[in-house]
Amino acid sequence: MSSLAARVQDVFDEPGCAKNGSKSEAERKNGCTKQLQPGSAAGGCAFDGAKVALQPFTDVAHLVHGPIACEGNSWDNRGAASSGSSLWRTSFTTDLSETDIVFGGEKRLCKAIKEIIDKCDPPAIFVYQTCIPAMIGDDINAVCKAASQRFAKPVIPINSPGFVGSKNLGNKLAGEALLDYVIGTQEPDYTTPYDVNLIGEYNLSGELWQVKPLLDELGVRILSCISGDGKYREVASSHRARAAMLVCSKSMINVARKMEQRYGIPFFEGSFYGIQDSSESLRQLARLLVERGAPTDLLERTEAVIAREEAWAWAAIKPYKPRFEGKKALLITGGVKSWSVVAALQEAGLELIGTSVKKSTRKDKERIKDLMGHDAHMIEDMTPREMYKMLKEAKADIMLSGGKSQFVALKAAMPWLDINQERCHAYMGYVGMVKLVEEIDKSLSSPMWEQLRRPAPWQALPKAMEQMQSPVAAIACDPALAETARRARKICVCNTVDLGTIEDAIYAHDLRSVAAVREHTNAVGGCCQRRIEGILVSEPSAMRQAGE
Amino acid sequence: MAIVTAPAKACVVNPLKMSQPIGGAFAFMGLRGAMPLLHGSQGCTSFGLTLFVRHFKEAVPLQTTAMSEVATVLGGYENLEQAILNISNRAKPKIIGICSTGVTETNGDDVDAYLKLIRSKHPQLAKLPLVYVSTPDFKGAFQDGWEKAVARIVEVLVEGPSANGLRDPSKVNVLPGCHLTPGDLDELRVIVEDFGLCPSFLPDLAGSLDGHIPDEFTPTTIGGIGVDEIASMGRAGWTIAIGAQMQRAAEVMQVKTGVPFRVFERLCGLCPNDEFMTFLSEISGRPIPLKYRRQRSQLADAMLDAHFHIGGRKVAIGAEPDRLFDLSGMLHDMGAQVTAAVTTTQSEVIERIKTKEVLIGDLEDLEGLAKTHRCDLLITHSHGRQAAARLKLPFYRTGFPMFDRLGAGHQLSVGYRGTRNLIFEITNLVIAHREENDQPTPDRWRTAAGLPRCSGYRSSTGAAGGAIG
Repeated sequence: MSSLAARVQDVFDEPGCAKNGSKSEAERKNGCTKQLQPGSAAGGCAFDGAKVALQPFTDVAHLVHGPIACEGNSWDNRGAASSGSSLWRTSFTTDLSETDIVFGGEKRLCKAIKEIIDKCDPPAIFVYQTCIPAMIGDDINAVCKAASQRFAKPVIPINSPGFVGSKNLGNKLAGEALLDYVIGTQEPDYTTPYDVNLIGEYNLSGELWQVKPLLDELGVRILSCISGDGKYREVASSHRARAAMLVCSKSMINVARKMEQRYGIPFFEGSFYGIQDSSESLRQLARLLVERGAPTDLLERTEAVIAREEAWAWAAIKPYKPRFEGKKALLITGGVKSWSVVAALQEAGLELIGTSVKKSTRKDKERIKDLMGHDAHMIEDMTPREMYKMLKEAKADIMLSGGKSQFVALKAAMPWLDINQERCHAYMGYVGMVKLVEEIDKSLSSPMWEQLRRPAPWQALPKAMEQMQSPVAAIACDPALAETARRARKICVCNTVDLGTIEDAIYAHDLRSVAAVREHTNAVGGCCQRRIEGILVSEPSAMRQAGE
Repeated sequence: MAIVTAPAKACVVNPLKMSQPIGGAFAFMGLRGAMPLLHGSQGCTSFGLTLFVRHFKEAVPLQTTAMSEVATVLGGYENLEQAILNISNRAKPKIIGICSTGVTETNGDDVDAYLKLIRSKHPQLAKLPLVYVSTPDFKGAFQDGWEKAVARIVEVLVEGPSANGLRDPSKVNVLPGCHLTPGDLDELRVIVEDFGLCPSFLPDLAGSLDGHIPDEFTPTTIGGIGVDEIASMGRAGWTIAIGAQMQRAAEVMQVKTGVPFRVFERLCGLCPNDEFMTFLSEISGRPIPLKYRRQRSQLADAMLDAHFHIGGRKVAIGAEPDRLFDLSGMLHDMGAQVTAAVTTTQSEVIERIKTKEVLIGDLEDLEGLAKTHRCDLLITHSHGRQAAARLKLPFYRTGFPMFDRLGAGHQLSVGYRGTRNLIFEITNLVIAHREENDQPTPDRWRTAAGLPRCSGYRSSTGAAGGAIG
């Protein structure tokens, strides 16, 4: 395990990471993962991180060496999309039993590898280490090496057992495995001056395909995407790319930096979330490619595409402005998205009352300040209880966050939108941002919220009981009582003559004029003349009709 | 008698099985104000948590002792201690349920001893019930974890008989297996109450994971059976255990309190519910309410209407033992043939499943069997979706997890009414599938050489392959 421990230290000391760079020597030694708090920890383990980072390689067989929990409880749980093979969605695990733990699981692992090759013959097998085989000393590196030779097929050990650290560390350890065993082992069929790598993009909900048409239009070829919709051959030959974009900055920075070091592939950190960010990323990609020798007209073509797409996107968002007037949003997410989404939401007219900065770097925070002004409400850490309170008290109209806080918002009967990895809509690039605004509008304008916030009938009940006890209610229930009440209405206020008396007189003497009524009753016919005229033209009451 | 076969392969492909610890944690989720805690690496918890959240579409309390590599080497005492203190300070639970995992079982943490030590060191925890159950990942399956946890809860939390030994004959304990949904528990509660009996459900997922909107935000479970109510279960007149997996807990209850029990292995189908109603009528001394006479008649009618569609159908089912036993029994009683049966773990009931062979295996096995036996209906949990798509079969989702459809918590299978609904649901799937995939054509029955026979699944037996050859 000493080599794994050394590897973890190496990964922690990441010069490419801005956050790491700002730390003291002592802090750096402690690594970038906070000590986990037993009893109040959330989030996945290092194995989870490694699996998440590599699983989107679609034509690879992913074999988990461990007991059933690691794979059985987690497989096929991500919405990455594939344009080809669906092998990545098939789950393989050695499902270690008690006997394996006593006698060692290496033989079983080797047999499992053989079974997979016999059944599926994938271009490569990734073998994931987990806690228990790591504890009992199963040497997966050795097994993979032997299997690679025996079956003449790349069998790659991913040494990232859960207990070495957090999900983020697992992402990086997965990257190290790619660097050690995969990248640079094959050559592409052909190369172009426009070849790029996208690193840390997972094609969730197929969102990469929202941006790919623009790259295609510019002639930029994605030589390899690590790892969304990726294929083994593509990663293996990714060292021939001319430039790289690091998409989800925190997860695989080591891969980008080491590829720059080893193969001279320059990279930049960018994002396709948000309109300006998408433009900036396209611009940077073009610039890097031109610097590496691509024809300079790429820059102009890129600007033309950006201008067209931006104009379209802003125009598409504009109509929402009046609809979002006065609406407040709370944004709980990590890193880049804490500011990259802000601009688009502001353009759509939403007021942002807070954005989380828990996973953001200093640079991220500066961008937030620029965008939201100095009173920017930056939230370091917010407990679910606080979030619930904020929403319940309607300080925000909608919350945008990851799936974990979903129920905090929904149980407060407040609109919520998933903008993290489990979401089912794609929000990348220009179309994606317009889609996001559309979704927010759909959610905010749903007629459901008002119904849900109405009091239940039993809450309204005391009021209803009161009404039932009132005289008005009694009259409503009893026709005779209603008739009496109706007849008791004063017509002539001066001499106090009621409706009943006048009606009876009209009926008994077949009266036709106000003067005649005056003769037969006490009514004055002065100020009440209009009312008496009304009675003369009206139909006899239902009660009288029934009586006849 | 079915032959039970265990797998011979080294690599499980597309697992049917979930792990024991989360089955144990699931049981604790039916207790009010509870915080289940997995003693293991934080991934053990986060995978389970995600699974529950996706199944129920609810916030789910589940914590971890966050064992690191170093802690695993040195032993998990400190992590367990810190976790319990943190949880009791922050979440203020009424009970903490602790399940071990593969990691802490492999390094041999003696959690019972740890708990004694923690209690003696922290007197403020004296009144906080801590229930520990050993659930290694490398043994058994989800259902076993639940079975052990419930038995353990009874052992620790139910009080022994009091001196005066008074029993309340109107009180009934119900120990439901993990194959029942919150919707099933609600249905059972109404049935038992209609006989004038007052049921205590242990665990009571209908209180916590039935998908309701609580008034307050709580980090623990938002409902379920309270610790006090569990303590008083020894005063009930009877214990009703549902599913063979609950036999053990019922026995523990009887040994501890003397409450007699009856196990109902099935509650889906006509005959099992007849037995259940008869039993309730006997122990309550009341006639079966008219409502259920009517429901029985409705079920009988539903069976008449559905047998045209379900009868003779070859079904492939993959489920945990008790659910498999219950569902396959019901379908068998409707005239279907259970042609492929795959389950997750050993159980006494699986030999009695009305089929030739039961495999303790995975979804690859189920898919293979369904293909070779030309099954025409697939029943398993959501992970069967890929197999169903490949086999082009009507697919009924049942069991845990069910993450790609809504209403998992309210799927009914118990009682006359629940069975009726289930029969309708399955039948409608079959009808819809036939309408979409099996329309008759003029050439359907032609057998002349060179003319391909329609490969509609009803007429496909031996035809599709034969015509091509």
